[in-house]
Amino acid sequence: MREHPEKAAQFLKDEKRADWHDRTLWMVRQKRDKAAWSVSDWEDLREQASRIKEHVLSSLDTYLIQFEESARANGVHVHWADDALHFNEIILGIIKKNKAVKIVKSKSMLTEECGLNPYLEKNGIEVVDTDLGERIIQFRNESPSHIVLPAIHLRKEEIGELFHEKLNTEKGNSDPQYLTAAARVHLREKFLSADVAITGVNFVVADTGTVVVCTNEGNADMGVHSAPVQIHCMGIEKIIPGTEELAVFTRLLARSATGQPITTYTSHYRKPKAGGQMHVVIVDNGRSKRLGSGLHQNSLKCIRCGACMNTCPVYRRSGGHSYNYVIPGPIGSILAPGSDIEKFKDMPFASTLCGSCTNVCPVKIDIHSQLYSWRQEIGQKKLLSPAKRFLMKIAAKVLANTFWYNTFGKATRLALRNLPEKVIYSKLNVWGRGRELPQAPNESFKQWYEKTH
Amino acid sequence: MNLNHIKIGLFIPCYIDQFYPQVGIATLELLQKIGLGVSYPVQQTCCGQPLANSGAEQEALPVCQNFIRNFSQFDYIVSPSGSCVYFVREHYNILKQTDEVVRVRKNTYELCEFIVDVLGVDDLKIEYPHKVGIHQSCHGLRGLNLGMPSELVAHQFSKAHQLLQRANGIEIISLDRKDECCGFGGTFSVLEPEVSVKMGKERIRDHQNNGAEVITATDMSCLMHLEGIIRRQKWDTKVVHIAEILNSNRL
Repeated sequence: MREHPEKAAQFLKDEKRADWHDRTLWMVRQKRDKAAWSVSDWEDLREQASRIKEHVLSSLDTYLIQFEESARANGVHVHWADDALHFNEIILGIIKKNKAVKIVKSKSMLTEECGLNPYLEKNGIEVVDTDLGERIIQFRNESPSHIVLPAIHLRKEEIGELFHEKLNTEKGNSDPQYLTAAARVHLREKFLSADVAITGVNFVVADTGTVVVCTNEGNADMGVHSAPVQIHCMGIEKIIPGTEELAVFTRLLARSATGQPITTYTSHYRKPKAGGQMHVVIVDNGRSKRLGSGLHQNSLKCIRCGACMNTCPVYRRSGGHSYNYVIPGPIGSILAPGSDIEKFKDMPFASTLCGSCTNVCPVKIDIHSQLYSWRQEIGQKKLLSPAKRFLMKIAAKVLANTFWYNTFGKATRLALRNLPEKVIYSKLNVWGRGRELPQAPNESFKQWYEKTH
Repeated sequence: MNLNHIKIGLFIPCYIDQFYPQVGIATLELLQKIGLGVSYPVQQTCCGQPLANSGAEQEALPVCQNFIRNFSQFDYIVSPSGSCVYFVREHYNILKQTDEVVRVRKNTYELCEFIVDVLGVDDLKIEYPHKVGIHQSCHGLRGLNLGMPSELVAHQFSKAHQLLQRANGIEIISLDRKDECCGFGGTFSVLEPEVSVKMGKERIRDHQNNGAEVITATDMSCLMHLEGIIRRQKWDTKVVHIAEILNSNRL
C-alpha cells in the first residue's frame, strides 16, 4: 500500500488540477466563514454542540435503548450490528426477505465504511447510489474523495465524458445543468423501480424515535417515498436526546459543511408508510471500543460535515484519495488509526499540526491534539520505520547533551559551507528537493555570545 | 513594572542558534535596549519538539529536562519562536510537574507576546520603510493566541500587527488568505516534501501578489522554509524575522 506522501506527490504532479482543487475547497471554507459570521453566537453554539455530544457519549446505552423503544412503538424494526459483516448480513437479510433486487441508496459514509455495495453486488443485488456525486464515482468505480463532496476530485469535463459513455449524453457537452438533467432522468427511473431504499443518517432523536436525514438533492426522500421498504443505517454515535438538541446541530451542520444556512432537505422519518416497512440498523463496528479508549473518544463527536477537510491545507493539496482510509483528511486521520493503527500509521503524520481543523470543527473535536497523540502511540508501539527510529535515537542523544549538540552543529555548518553542491543536494537530501538549505554561518549564536559576553 | 530586578533567560531555539544567529542577536539587543537584564544560559540545546512531533515524546524527555535545568532560575524565559514556546508551555506536561517545571511552563514567552502582554509596550519607535507581509505562524497563532485565527467568530487581533503598525514608514500588506499554514510543520517538511513545498510556494505568492517586499513572522522555522523556496526560485522577496524588525528602532 502506497502511503500518503507518495500519493500526495502523485496528485501534485498535475499542478493545474491541484491548484483548482485547492481553490475550490478554499471557496467552500470561505462560504463556511461567511455563514458562521452570520450567527452571532456561533462559538457558543459550537460549545453547546460539543457538550451535547459529550453528554450523549457518556450515556450512549441509555439513549440508544430509549430510541429503540420509541422507534418500535412507532412500528419501526430496529436491528443491532456488531461489525461490518454483521451489518451487511442484516441488510442482505431484509432485502432477501422482501425478495427485492433493485436498491437505491442515498449518501452514507457508514455503508462505505462497511463495504455494503461490494457485499450486495457479490450477492447479485443491484445498488444504485442516488446522490449525484456518489453516482459519478460509482460509475467510475472509485471511492469518495471527500465525505460531503464525494466527486470533488473530478472536473466537469471528465463528468461530461463519463456521462457520454454511461448515459449517452452528447459528446463534449459538459454543461453542469445539462449533465444534472441527464442524471435526473437516469435516477428517476431507478427511484421508480426500486424495491428497497437505503439511507444514511445524520441524527437520530432518542425520545421521538425519529431518524433525520439531511440532503441537498432530496434523493433520500425520492427513494424512501417510492420504495416499499426503507432502511436507515446509523453508527451508534448518531443519537441525540431530543428535538431541542437537534436544533443546535441543524444550525451548525450545513453552515460548517457548505456555508448554507440549512440543507435543502431536512427529512424526519418516524413511521413506516402505509403497507411499507421501516428498518433502522444500529452499527457499532469498533465504535464502543473507541468510546472505551478514553483519549480518542472525542472523534466520536463528529457529525461528518467535512469542514476540517475544506480548511486543511494538506488535504486541499493532496486530494482525498491520497489518504488510505474511507474517511480522508484531518478527521479521517484520527479515525483511521483507531480502526487499525498499523495499517494507517502514516495518516496522523499527513498534517502540519496547524490546528485550523480544530477551530472549524462544529463540535470542537481537538483534531490536531488527537493527531499529535496518535503519533505518540505509533511511536510507542514501535511502528515507525527502523530508519526513523534510529534517527530519533541519535537525535535524542545529540539534543540532550550540550557538548554533542555544539559539536554536531559546528560539524554540520562546516560541512554545508565546504562540501560541493552535488554532495549536499544529493538524492538523500529531501529538504533540497524544492528548497535551498539555509546558508550556514561561521559562528552560531552561542559562539558569538560566548565570545562577546 | 520595575524592569531592573527581573531576570530574563534568553531561549534561542536550536536551528536559530545554528543557522540564524542574527535573530538571536536582535532579540538580545532589543530586550537590552528596553532595559531588561537578560542572560543566555550557554548549556541550552533544544526544547525537544522535533522529537515529540515525530512521535518520540519519550525520547524527548532528557532534552526537555535539560531545558528545565537551564531555565528554572529565571523570572521569565523569552524566545523568538512561537512554536518552541508553545511546545514548552503545552507539551511539557510529559514531565513530572515539579514546582520548577510548572514555573518554567508558565513563564516562557514568545518575544512579541512578552513585549505586549508582560511589558505592556506596543510602540518600540521603529523605523521600517518597507512593504511587509506578516505570516502568522500556526503555533503562535492557534497555540499561543498571538492573534485571533480567521476560523473563529470573535474579535480579530494580532500582536505582531500591533507591534509593527506603529513603525515609521511601514506598510503592512493584506493577504488573500490571512493565516494559512506555510507547510513547514517540522518533520512534515521532509516527510511530505512535495506538499510542504507546494504550500510554501503558495504562501509566498500570496505575499508577492499583494506587494510585499519583506515577509516576516514570529517563527524563523516558517521563514527558513519560505526562504529556501525563494532562493531556489530565485525570487527577490526577502524574509526577515520580526525580532530583526523590532530591533531596527530608535530606543
